Amino acid sequence: MPITDEVKLDDGSKLGSLTKKIRGHQGMIIGSVIVFAVIAIALLAPLLAPHDPYEQDLMKRLLPPFWDSRGSWEHIFGTDHLGRDYLSRLIYGARISLLIGIGAALISGLIGTIMGVMAGYFGGRVDMVVTFLITVRLSMPVVLVALAVVAIVGGSLQVVITVLGLLLWDRFAVVMRSSTLQIRSMDYVAAAQAVGCSVSRVLMTEVMPNVVNNLIVITTIEIAHAIILEAALSFLGLGVQPPLPSWGLMVSEGKDMMLFEPWLITIPGVALFLLVLAINLMGDGVRDITAPENRN
Amino acid sequence: MLFYSIKRFGLATLVALTVSFISFGLLYLSSDPAIAMAGETASDADIEAIRKLYGFDRPILVQYLDWLQRAIAGDLGKSYYFRTDVSSLIGERLPTTMMLGVSAITFAIVFSVPLGVAAAIRPNSIIDRIALFLSVMGQALPSFWFALMLIILLSVNLRLLPTSGSDTWLHFVMPTVVLGYYAAPAIMRLTRTGMLEVLSTDYIRTARAKGLRPSVVLFKHALRNAIIPVVSLAAVQFGFMLGGSIVVETIFALHGAGFLAWESITRNDLPTVQGLILVFSLFYIVLTFLADLLNAWLDPRIRIS
Repeated sequence: MPITDEVKLDDGSKLGSLTKKIRGHQGMIIGSVIVFAVIAIALLAPLLAPHDPYEQDLMKRLLPPFWDSRGSWEHIFGTDHLGRDYLSRLIYGARISLLIGIGAALISGLIGTIMGVMAGYFGGRVDMVVTFLITVRLSMPVVLVALAVVAIVGGSLQVVITVLGLLLWDRFAVVMRSSTLQIRSMDYVAAAQAVGCSVSRVLMTEVMPNVVNNLIVITTIEIAHAIILEAALSFLGLGVQPPLPSWGLMVSEGKDMMLFEPWLITIPGVALFLLVLAINLMGDGVRDITAPENRN
Repeated sequence: MLFYSIKRFGLATLVALTVSFISFGLLYLSSDPAIAMAGETASDADIEAIRKLYGFDRPILVQYLDWLQRAIAGDLGKSYYFRTDVSSLIGERLPTTMMLGVSAITFAIVFSVPLGVAAAIRPNSIIDRIALFLSVMGQALPSFWFALMLIILLSVNLRLLPTSGSDTWLHFVMPTVVLGYYAAPAIMRLTRTGMLEVLSTDYIRTARAKGLRPSVVLFKHALRNAIIPVVSLAAVQFGFMLGGSIVVETIFALHGAGFLAWESITRNDLPTVQGLILVFSLFYIVLTFLADLLNAWLDPRIRIS
């Protein structure tokens, strides 16, 4: 072969193969579309909502949604027991769910990642302490503890975010610990240590980039988890307080009338289900694309 | 095995002590419990009297040790609201929650293990896809909402089941499904992964090669090994269920420990809440301890390392 011949190399376009993988993953596409749509709705809530979500009109109580023969297009999803526009409340409710999910996952992610990475990297005593703390945390019933704390401290958006953030770090810690443990035994970590990199530098430049895929997957799981828990807490009356349009609270407020007006609980319930489903699909997609060997 | 058991037991005791300290301290988070008990309209003298009566004026650590000592003897204090012993109150309600938990975990296992096995026998087949679809859907379904939808469908529209109460086994059907479905996806996925792994091993190939019937290979050789991790997952899930029963029991007005938790939380009945958190946590600790022992007994590699 003459040396002038052009040798076709794999251009190694990572982006190209990534888009191909994403395209092949239907679940991830559906999930991402819904998630980004909900984010857009939450951000643009003041523009999209046809009415004020807090404005009561007792002359227009419990109007049915448009598909009902008594429904009208003025209130597409009808009105609740105080005459507030249901669609507008649903739209503003997306803000609460996302805020809770992302806020709680940020707090718990920070706690869990620090604990897990430290345990996996240093091993020994540090690992023993972290593993012990994880066991203690798993032994405490989440819903019960969260309800008790909210009842004592008082329910508000900030309290719910903080309480969930302080309770949901266990999965972050477990997964970050085991992935760091794997990375720590790699040659390139030993090489970095050998050339005298500081611990923080090894952690930031060698360990973190290699565990970030797992971190993203766990973050999506915990965002979904926090959203469901907030809805359950608010449903039980010990989460976000009225008149905030939390979807769990909307189900709770509609519960007494669900036998006659089932749409009062169907609409916010479906919204909750779709959002959580979409976040999970997105997380599954990230996992399948970045680390197919971790699939189970 | 003995050394392993002693080590696990020591760890479980340490976890239990830490949990007891947290559940005790949790309720001192906020304001003065004496004020919470006396109510907002109480005078300063009344509050002071309650503080003395219940010993809230002592240092927290002294109060904790005192509480712990009595808790070990089975005395969890007196309920502020029900005016009876917390231990007997919980003891009365626990059987209902236990029955619900056992039937829910049974439902989850009976539903998900066969599905997981079927999915593993033919990966990517239609059954595998249906199983995956169900598990993805199940994980996204909020249990309180699912419960309400079941009530509308089965109690109101079809008039098949009672909506609330705990008198007959019919009252347990919907709570069982609602509590159980949430654990099913995890058990199904773990069964499937375990079976896939075991089915690709050499000894399964040998068993097949020597002409054993496929059902014998599948259930006697493969499932027995694949089910080991599922046992500990089921134990963990059972522990979570007892804690999660609070939502289900509240919706279906099932008078178990979960409903008691909701009643006492909404009424600021601190000793009962403390007692319940402690009891639920202890159950989880005992369950995982037993699951660890069972695993070590089934798989010698665990107890040696």
